Amino acid sequence: MAANAPPRDADAASRPMIEIVDLQKTFGENKVLTGINLKVPVGSTCVILGGSGSGKTVLMKHMIGLLKPDSGKVVIDGEDIVPLSVEHLQRVRAKFGMVFQAAALFDSMTVFENVAFPLRQHTKLSEDELYAKVRAKLDLMGLKREVESKFPSDLSGGMRKRVGLARAVVLDPKIVLYDEPTTGLDPITTDYVDEMILAAQKGLGVTSVVISHDISSAFNVADQIAFLSKGVIVENGPPEQLRESQQPAVKVFLETWFGKN
Amino acid sequence: MTTQTPSKPASEPGMFTQAVAGFGKGLIDVVSTIGGVVTLGLDVARWSVRRPYRLQNLFAQLDFVGVGSIFIVGLTGLFTGMVFALQTSEAFRLFDAESLVGPTVALTLTRELAAVFSALMVTMRAGSAMCTELGTMRVTEQVDALETMAVNPVQYLLVPRVLAGLFMVPMLTILFSTAGMSGAYFVAVSGLGISPGTFLTRTQQWLEPVDIYEGVIKGAVFGLSVALICCYKGFNASGGAKGVGQATTEAMVASALSIFILDFLVGLVMH
Repeated sequence: MAANAPPRDADAASRPMIEIVDLQKTFGENKVLTGINLKVPVGSTCVILGGSGSGKTVLMKHMIGLLKPDSGKVVIDGEDIVPLSVEHLQRVRAKFGMVFQAAALFDSMTVFENVAFPLRQHTKLSEDELYAKVRAKLDLMGLKREVESKFPSDLSGGMRKRVGLARAVVLDPKIVLYDEPTTGLDPITTDYVDEMILAAQKGLGVTSVVISHDISSAFNVADQIAFLSKGVIVENGPPEQLRESQQPAVKVFLETWFGKN
Repeated sequence: MTTQTPSKPASEPGMFTQAVAGFGKGLIDVVSTIGGVVTLGLDVARWSVRRPYRLQNLFAQLDFVGVGSIFIVGLTGLFTGMVFALQTSEAFRLFDAESLVGPTVALTLTRELAAVFSALMVTMRAGSAMCTELGTMRVTEQVDALETMAVNPVQYLLVPRVLAGLFMVPMLTILFSTAGMSGAYFVAVSGLGISPGTFLTRTQQWLEPVDIYEGVIKGAVFGLSVALICCYKGFNASGGAKGVGQATTEAMVASALSIFILDFLVGLVMH
């Protein structure tokens, strides 16, 4: 796949990889997103920060087309994906890799088969080529050869996350989404996962969107932080901007965090 | 200032109201499940004809649903035939008609019992596993992971399972009839003293190919229904381990009921 090929024209180079325009979503009586606007430039890492129930995961699911909004646009690499059918969404989803909160590895497959799965589904590589590609991604995540034959149930939380990330980037996607990648991890493993995110961004040139409520991790990896509160983005900019924000929701969030840590 | 009268506290709904509300909720659940299963069936039909064809997944499910059920279905069939021969022979002996044991068992097995029992066995053995596996995949986000990898979960997970139910239950129905007739023959000839010639000739006289077709068609209908219900319940499970357990229980009850209801409806159409 030539997913990371350089943009062919100036327009493509200047446009954001992800653009959300006035996105609204309601579940029953519950208004979860009430007008989200967000741009994520090509090759950058955007962290969407917010408390539990602020709508972060719902926003991420819209980006990959797992949910349809009530109104608004979700433009991925220049194409609005909202009106697309399930069949056409398949093509757009091939641009994505996603790392789930609990890794979502297939528990009936070994680590190797998990990472090889997207390659088997979307390419016609020979077994040797497939092995080389999987091995390269496992190496990038610091996973040794003996891990290949293990099942997900035999791995620690941090290792599962790394396998999940290796699987997410094995097709060299343009965009990688991370759903709460450091939740439930100890500080050392959290640092390691942060390094993995930075390595994927620098080594593979992907655009990353990280959903998190872990502020220190967000400051470690973000080029841009969007703070989500009650269904809207109340602050959006580089990490320094968030640190100096006068938005009450952001101030309370930061004070609570830094007070405890 | 106007005097405010204290508002009357909302009274508890009466028993009759609660019963009607419960019945209404149950009815809505049933209609919604039937709608969901039918919609899923159409989705499975649509995705089953699209590329890529994952034959390896299909064969794995054919093996699990069909080959894996051979022993239990064969054994159930054998004992059902034996018991049926034993019971009917007592009744027929009263008016000296033991020669009808063979045809009676044959017609009952091929038209009704083989398909019903095979489908029930597949529901318990394979349907429950399908529902639990899919439910676990759903609540641990493995289904979402498939979607994000641009792999349609209906095509990857459900199509092979539903096709396996559709193709393998009719075959197991034939196996059940064969095992049942073998058991009936053994009991009738060895235990009850009916001559082998009488048993076989009378069976041949009464049993028509259409009786076998009826059982096979019923097997296909039951297999399709059971696989769709178990897939639907598992695929839409939520609420962690408890939710998966509840979905599996609901799938078992709904599958068993669907077998008996469809048995009547298909019988009505065919006669």
